[in-house]
Amino acid sequence: MDDLIRVLTPLPVLLPLLGAAAALLVGRHPQLQRTVSIVVLSGVLAVSVALLVLADDQGATSVSVGGWPVPLGIVLVVDRLSALMLVVANTVTLGVLVFAVGQGLADGEETDTPLSIFHPTYLVLVAGVSNAFLAGDLFNLYVGFEVLLAASYVLLTLGGTAGRIRAGITYVVVSLMSSLVFLAAIGLVYAATGTVNMAQLAVRLGDLPDGTQLLLQSMLLVAFGIKAAVFPLSAWLPDSYPTAPAPVTAVFAGLLTKVGVYAIIRTNTLLFPDGALDDVLLWAALATMVIGILGAVAQTDVKRMLSFTLVSHIGYMVFGVALGTTAGFAGAIFYVVHHIAIQTTLFLATGLVERRGGTTNTEKLGGLAKASPLLAILFFVPAMNLAGIPPLSGFIGKLGLIEAGVAMGGVGPYVLVGGAVLTSLLTLVAIARVWGRAFWRPRAVDTADEDVEAIRPAPGTSTTTEELQAARLPRTMVAATAGFVAVTLAITVFGGVLYGVADRAATDLLDRSPYIESVFGEGAIP
Amino acid sequence: MTPTVVLPVIVAGLYAAGVYLLLDRSLTRVLLGFLLLGNATNVLLLSAGGVAGLAPILPVSDTSLINDPLPQALVLTAIVITFGISAFVLAMIYRSWRLVRDEVVQDDAEDLRVATREEIDADDMDPEAMDPADRGPGDGFTVERDPLHGEVTPPSDDVALALAREEAAENESAEARAAGTPDRTPAGGRPVDREEEH
Repeated sequence: MDDLIRVLTPLPVLLPLLGAAAALLVGRHPQLQRTVSIVVLSGVLAVSVALLVLADDQGATSVSVGGWPVPLGIVLVVDRLSALMLVVANTVTLGVLVFAVGQGLADGEETDTPLSIFHPTYLVLVAGVSNAFLAGDLFNLYVGFEVLLAASYVLLTLGGTAGRIRAGITYVVVSLMSSLVFLAAIGLVYAATGTVNMAQLAVRLGDLPDGTQLLLQSMLLVAFGIKAAVFPLSAWLPDSYPTAPAPVTAVFAGLLTKVGVYAIIRTNTLLFPDGALDDVLLWAALATMVIGILGAVAQTDVKRMLSFTLVSHIGYMVFGVALGTTAGFAGAIFYVVHHIAIQTTLFLATGLVERRGGTTNTEKLGGLAKASPLLAILFFVPAMNLAGIPPLSGFIGKLGLIEAGVAMGGVGPYVLVGGAVLTSLLTLVAIARVWGRAFWRPRAVDTADEDVEAIRPAPGTSTTTEELQAARLPRTMVAATAGFVAVTLAITVFGGVLYGVADRAATDLLDRSPYIESVFGEGAIP
Repeated sequence: MTPTVVLPVIVAGLYAAGVYLLLDRSLTRVLLGFLLLGNATNVLLLSAGGVAGLAPILPVSDTSLINDPLPQALVLTAIVITFGISAFVLAMIYRSWRLVRDEVVQDDAEDLRVATREEIDADDMDPEAMDPADRGPGDGFTVERDPLHGEVTPPSDDVALALAREEAAENESAEARAAGTPDRTPAGGRPVDREEEH
């Protein structure tokens, strides 16, 4: 069993990279390329599930890549948290790929999305995400981030239209800044401790003077805070995500910010367990939640509204991390899992809305519930889940976090609990406005002509009522979205099992010794 | 080990210049700023390796005679990454120039629209109930105004007031039509002229 896990661990990074190479080679044969991508990602998902089962059974395991002895070489570490993140991430990437394939098939050759580039880049993105989750070495984490960011730059600017270039520049420059802060932090960490191996750092960082520790921790948190879009480092996100193609936005919104959250969780448990910055994080979480959701309420575009709720709900995860208790971390981990699935689903459903209605502007949409009841259901269920309506998984996650906050007690946590409830209500307001405008009200038939022309209708969409009745959503895209809705419901139904895994993962995180011993062997640390 | 003051001074200078350039709206300057910041970080990593001037790997047993090779390997990786990303950013700048004949950071139109919008709570007004001539662009839920020059009606939370104003506008337009004058500007206000902002 132990050997099996060692064989499996590098595969989530290796398979997508090889797959990307293969997809690049067969770029002239779209059918073959699609097959390669889907087969590779299915394989990665299978490996991830196997890793989760094994890791949940026997705890953390580490693999020395290339067989170099431990402090010298690079290690990959699988523990419950990283295996869980792998499973969720790869479920999402596979589902979104199916959606993207459906969209590509429906739109044919004359889309603005060059498919031959999309598949290899997408697989590289998956490799980067997996590498970030598995990295047992600070510099390898940096490389993982860079791989996924470089792929995301390409995906965000696919087609190179004016809007995407504008959004891409904001995104690229901000991401570059965060990478530089991270790299500088690595340099300082190495200068202070003489290692970048995270397990070794966990032992050595504690011996540093408090001021040095605080500096290193705050640099790392700023770098990851930008990636995770924690207020006040979140302004880039609503400007850059909405312009990308629907599947790209979906996978970015679901995954990329959560990689940042994952890195924050690792930093705050493994490297700096003292919780010196917990108070700062607590207030940052409050600001992220409240300011994010106030932004969402003001939006008239569905994609922008969802981007703001994404920022806002990052606050919930940071809240759990800032509590620093087992219950807090368990809640945060469960919320990460829930939110990855739910945010992706909502963006995919919005992609369908865009195809059906020709726009995502709620001032121009209308009558969708009548025109397409299936689409209405596909949007309504995850939307209610996002707002945290019982008994859906959003409610379970929020309840867990609020319970953790109340158990902690004190002024800060109680204020945060209030903020969390308020944010949940305002999310419902934002969602209800979209629902009321886009789905329930009758469609305004004779909208001013110049405005209809101002929106560039996506290929395959139509703007007049008659054509709208006739417009059909591609079956693969609907099936992929429906699959995601089913996954979010499954997270609800199996909430107990998942929460159990999250709870054990949180216990491991706070204990720290399973992670360190998996790298150095039993009893290696005092 | 003798600490050197030269490297920290260089790092600080590069960081300062890099941040200054990065704050500019011109994309070429942003890229130059990024390159300076990248180099500053590389020098920072290098200085973590120990005394300046020593070779990283020598077949000697006395470790005080050699430098730590790991930071140099890290710097090498970082240089390659910076190089690749810079090429990508350059391509984006060129593309931006091709598209809009400009290489400054563009404003997000939707963001500006939301920021300068005069909000009327849409849920209280039914476009169906309005005269088609009075509907603004779209459904008339929102009134756009030019942030600099436009006529500005003071924002109001009072729905009754807004409706009364709407009614007055309707009467006015009815009179205008009766008088045979050409159609006035719709209640939605004139579209914002984006060019003026640049």
